[in-house]
Amino acid sequence: MKILIIGANSAIATAVARQYAQRGDQLFLVGRDASRITTLSADLTVRGATAVSQEILDLADTHRHNALVEKAFEQMGCIDLALICHGTLPQQEDCERDFDALLEGLKVNTLSTLSLLTELGNRFEQQGSGKIAVITSVAGDRGRRSNYAYGASKAMVSTYLQGFRGRMHAHGVDVIDIRPGLVDSPMTSEIKKGLLFSSPDRVARCVVKGIERRRTTLYAPGYWRFIMLVVRLIPDSLFKRLKF
Amino acid sequence: MGKNHNTQTGQLTYSGWGRYPKQEASLVEPSSRDEFATCLAMSDPREQKTIARGAGRSYGDSALSEILLSTRYLDNFSSLETSESGHSTLRCAAGLSLAQILETIVPKGLFLPVLPGAKAVTVGGAIASDIHGKNHHIDGSFCDHVDSLRLLLASGEVVDCSRSHHSELFHATCGGIGLTGIVLDASICLTPLSSLAITQSSLIASNLEECMELMEQHLKAKYSVAWIDCLAKGAAKGRSVLYLGEHLPASENNARSKPQALKRRSEINIPFNAPSMLLNRYSMAAFNSSYYALKKSLPATAKIDYDKFFFPLERLRNWNRLYGAKGFLQYQLVLPLATAREGLHAILERVARAGKGSFLSVLKRFGKGNSNLLSFPIEGYTLAMDFKVEDSLFPLLDELDALVLAHGGRLYLTKDARMSAEFFRQTYPEWERFAELKAKCDPDQKFSSLQSRRLGLTR
Repeated sequence: MKILIIGANSAIATAVARQYAQRGDQLFLVGRDASRITTLSADLTVRGATAVSQEILDLADTHRHNALVEKAFEQMGCIDLALICHGTLPQQEDCERDFDALLEGLKVNTLSTLSLLTELGNRFEQQGSGKIAVITSVAGDRGRRSNYAYGASKAMVSTYLQGFRGRMHAHGVDVIDIRPGLVDSPMTSEIKKGLLFSSPDRVARCVVKGIERRRTTLYAPGYWRFIMLVVRLIPDSLFKRLKF
Repeated sequence: MGKNHNTQTGQLTYSGWGRYPKQEASLVEPSSRDEFATCLAMSDPREQKTIARGAGRSYGDSALSEILLSTRYLDNFSSLETSESGHSTLRCAAGLSLAQILETIVPKGLFLPVLPGAKAVTVGGAIASDIHGKNHHIDGSFCDHVDSLRLLLASGEVVDCSRSHHSELFHATCGGIGLTGIVLDASICLTPLSSLAITQSSLIASNLEECMELMEQHLKAKYSVAWIDCLAKGAAKGRSVLYLGEHLPASENNARSKPQALKRRSEINIPFNAPSMLLNRYSMAAFNSSYYALKKSLPATAKIDYDKFFFPLERLRNWNRLYGAKGFLQYQLVLPLATAREGLHAILERVARAGKGSFLSVLKRFGKGNSNLLSFPIEGYTLAMDFKVEDSLFPLLDELDALVLAHGGRLYLTKDARMSAEFFRQTYPEWERFAELKAKCDPDQKFSSLQSRRLGLTR
């Protein structure tokens, strides 16, 4: 398979890329940190990737997305899977006090993703096949008091994907919304880890399997579907009193 | 890796694989090399000491300190090169486990030259312990196959070490239980793998004499290790099953055993601590007797895949919980060839009399040792026994120490949680050279573990 991974340095993306590399796939990596992308490229080559290309880019810079997608298509000829993984976890308290902090989170998590989806959507329409998968979050399922800034930034992407999926379906392209639960990764290094945390490897195995089975909305690991169902069912009158 | 949350201090309690002793510590997981250097620069060695931690599979207290620097995100491969003469060298980061390496190299027809009984150990841990495997009598220990390594010193400086470059530091780091610095990555020589299958033959020995004789007879066998019943007394003392293994040659390959990725084996998890009462002299003796009887009745040769041959215990996840909440100690000693027979008799006698002992005690013939300052192996016999932790165990082990010392042997630092500083100095003659080098490369003694303090190697 020919796979474009955007935000390849994220823990989940790295773990997913390693699984594809082991199968001998061809990868095109996009990330901001040049030295880490280079390290990852070498790693994936040893693990068995047939070819690895890389592009260093700050994804918040949406003006460069068009050229990026063009280049990926040019390099690989076609793209079987585009996986958007980049993201940030803004501090909730900062976002409450300072709109700029919230805006920064929205730029990275939401606006840049929608910009990429616009570019990818147009190209995949022409291609008439392939899959587009986006890592959102269970946090987008319902805004919680402790984390609604991040949740809102992901919810917008999920909502966008619901309609985008219909548009792409008509052109033979699958759109997959991947919602990981709590992941034990550098992004959550400040948070105490409980039983519900999964390793990036575990999440990656779910992601690879879910994409293969052409799921539409994929909770990773799967039990998060039930957890979030319960969270969504709590009536607002009670929910507004909860601190989590 | 044992860990428990303490809500009061915000710290966690950590222990080694033996789950004894336990220590409250902060685990830091730097996600890049720069972050490691930053963590080191920020720590004040007068207040808190630091030690690197990989998979937490050393048994005792060698990876315990106030700050544990996890190598979990040092998990990338750098290169895999094959020279014209056909030698393959893998360069990879120190936090990769041997299992992860095997997953990647076995499908390419390559293998690790030395494998311990636990595949979860990391490259960094394998180097710090200079681990050995069932082929030590032929291939030596892990570090004998390490060409070079990059070491992050306490000062934040990164040094390339090999046998020709900073060789003193190289020989101190190999087997140096993490006290010289943090191994960032290493170059490891790989061996070609003809097949996934190992031909295993099991030979029954009705006592220690027979077992040692068989081992001497089969010194050419690639892999050799014996399970020994350390509770059998009298004429049956030291009865054992000697396992010999050879890689199946490529010509005898059927399609199934050609090098390829092995399927994930199903695992059995031990979900919680077994009541330690279950392990007593009667249940242990019964287990050992039935194991011996079972092996005696099974066919003497079998073809099994390498995973099963090298890592029989890994199918039981968290098997360390079988020894109860207080944990266990693994006592691994080595005696030189000249005194091994006599010494092992005395030690087995003492253990059988005490009626303490374990499911699986292991006897192995070591080949020649190497020139690393604190590496464990010397030519002779090594015996490893598990004991559950209880008050009456410690006096027994002190007695065993005296026997080991009297016979010119020593204990494996990676399994140790209790040997005295004096005993350590008597049995590791190069300790002084190690301490001098430590003073040079880590003058503030930033890297220090519970073990190194007990052994008088650091403050």
